[in-house]
Amino acid sequence: MTVFIIRRLLQAAVVVFLMSLLVFTGVFLIGDPVEMLVADDADEYDREMVIKNLGLDQPFHIQYWRFLVNALQGNLGESFVFEEPALLLIVDRIPATLELAVFALLIAVVLGIPLGMWAGLRPESKAAQTIMTGSILGFSLPTFWVGIMMILLFAVSLGWLPSTGRGPTQELFGIEVSFLSWRGISYLILPAVNLSLFKLSMVIRLSRAGTREVIHQDYIKFARAKGVSRSRIVLVHVLKNIMIPVVTVLGLEFGGLVAFSVVTETVFAWPGMGRLLIESIGFLDRPVIVAYLMIIVLLFVFINLVVDVLYSVLDPRVRLQDVKA
Amino acid sequence: MTAVNEDVAAPGTAAEREKVQTPLQRFLSDYAESKIAVASFVVVLAIVVVALLAPVFAPTNPYDLTTVTVENKTLAPGMAMNNGTVAHLGTDGAGRDMMSAIIYGLRISLSVGIGSGVIALLIGVSVGLIAAYAGGRVDAVIMRLVDIQLSFPAILIALVLLATLGKGVDKTIIALIVVQWAYYARTVRGSALVERRKEYIESAICLALSKRRIVFAHLFPNVVAPIIVVGTMQTAHAIALEATLSFLGLGLPQTEPSLGSLIANGFEYVHSGHFWISTYPGIALLVTIVSINLVGDRLRDVLNPRLQK
Repeated sequence: MTVFIIRRLLQAAVVVFLMSLLVFTGVFLIGDPVEMLVADDADEYDREMVIKNLGLDQPFHIQYWRFLVNALQGNLGESFVFEEPALLLIVDRIPATLELAVFALLIAVVLGIPLGMWAGLRPESKAAQTIMTGSILGFSLPTFWVGIMMILLFAVSLGWLPSTGRGPTQELFGIEVSFLSWRGISYLILPAVNLSLFKLSMVIRLSRAGTREVIHQDYIKFARAKGVSRSRIVLVHVLKNIMIPVVTVLGLEFGGLVAFSVVTETVFAWPGMGRLLIESIGFLDRPVIVAYLMIIVLLFVFINLVVDVLYSVLDPRVRLQDVKA
Repeated sequence: MTAVNEDVAAPGTAAEREKVQTPLQRFLSDYAESKIAVASFVVVLAIVVVALLAPVFAPTNPYDLTTVTVENKTLAPGMAMNNGTVAHLGTDGAGRDMMSAIIYGLRISLSVGIGSGVIALLIGVSVGLIAAYAGGRVDAVIMRLVDIQLSFPAILIALVLLATLGKGVDKTIIALIVVQWAYYARTVRGSALVERRKEYIESAICLALSKRRIVFAHLFPNVVAPIIVVGTMQTAHAIALEATLSFLGLGLPQTEPSLGSLIANGFEYVHSGHFWISTYPGIALLVTIVSINLVGDRLRDVLNPRLQK
């Protein structure tokens, strides 16, 4: 187990390093930061001063080395727009985004697994067909458009729920959260449902496919022959065995939720880090863009690591295979 | 069209027909068993025709600045514009007929989605075949790259690219290609690895055929089925992704408005009750994506040998 975790940690470090190289190359070399930092009417001398101050006259490997050393010390530069450290700006917005993503994930799991299992156990029934059609819709509907339609229906026409911004927040273990008050929740419902739709469809499909596969296995037949009750077969034998793909995909998809919250946050003006990214791209605020990307990379690598470890706990064959190889 | 399909799908004597059916006929009759899938295919076909012949089907040219005036700003659906044309789907904030804007937008959305998909397919399929056939270190490097890329969501990679490259038709297409190629590469490699172990490849090697000939003339035709399925799904995905990026203001410029840009324009008017500006382009987008996905879904069921009865 320890060998397995050490191996995965090393792999993770390599991926983070490679991604930092990619992000750096992408953001610092393809674009031209001088172009936007220097006024149009600046003379040659001013231009050179800016280039020197930013260290842009140095060769690539030295620039990258500086970036890396600073990054490891938690310094990803200062936002051009807010004149605050970029990392702080992002970190301040993380709770709002995570709150949204966690609630979306909860909705997807709590509704998706039972619906998917139902569709898998009775594939020919009307209910199953309705569920599957719904899941195709969930896959096909563009998130941002559904968000707009939800605003039109629930906020503009019916006036039931607020459609922009985050509700009042309270402190919970030092983190600002908004789900502790009814007003806070009312602000959370529309964006969270909007963000969850895609994952909900995915969970439904995974659970259905898993159920259909598992139900024909010998151990299920054996359990039936042994006289195990139907509810126990479904809730223990089937559920446990469809959990492996569901846990893996959901774990991996949590990062996807955080990334996709860019869209939902833009539609619902939710003050998370995705909205900050879109604003920063608009302002060409490079340090913030880099900080966002590096944090997302770290998050993804961390999630992959956790899923791998969880997976090896759930299915010992994975661990054994890896040690042998 | 439907008459032919119903004829092929006629019930009974299935065993007899099996003998005379060519693979294409069998594929068509399998496909036509699902009424929804046939309907979706017809819808996709209709959408493509309307988009290709946009100037014929659109009541007005929404980008002819001589006819677009602010006088027609935000007319509700069914009202007449100042030149007498009825705007069945209303007009947008600049006074353009929505129906015409949607038809032209559909054309842009489809061409960006399909164009990027075809290029990504060519790149991905070649890379996947090379990885599967070369094996060893080449395979390991390529697949590690694919794995890393696929561990990040498509939208994030597209965001990164467009944030650095800037907006534009060419840049959006580049971003969509980068996002998609890995799916093709992985799919092709997977099925090619299975095919490679089969006897016909072995005999081709024994006949001392050139590597290129084995890969492209023998291996490739046998991995076409999964490529078709992934290709259909990816096209729908690319269209949706482009719309999302354009909505975020990072995709296509306002001079080439796709359905996503139209929806984004309408978003400004949502709170003032002008619902039609973002609703109708969205419905067009939705119908397009859903019908392509339904076709893809059916293709997967029909082309997957494991699910065959």
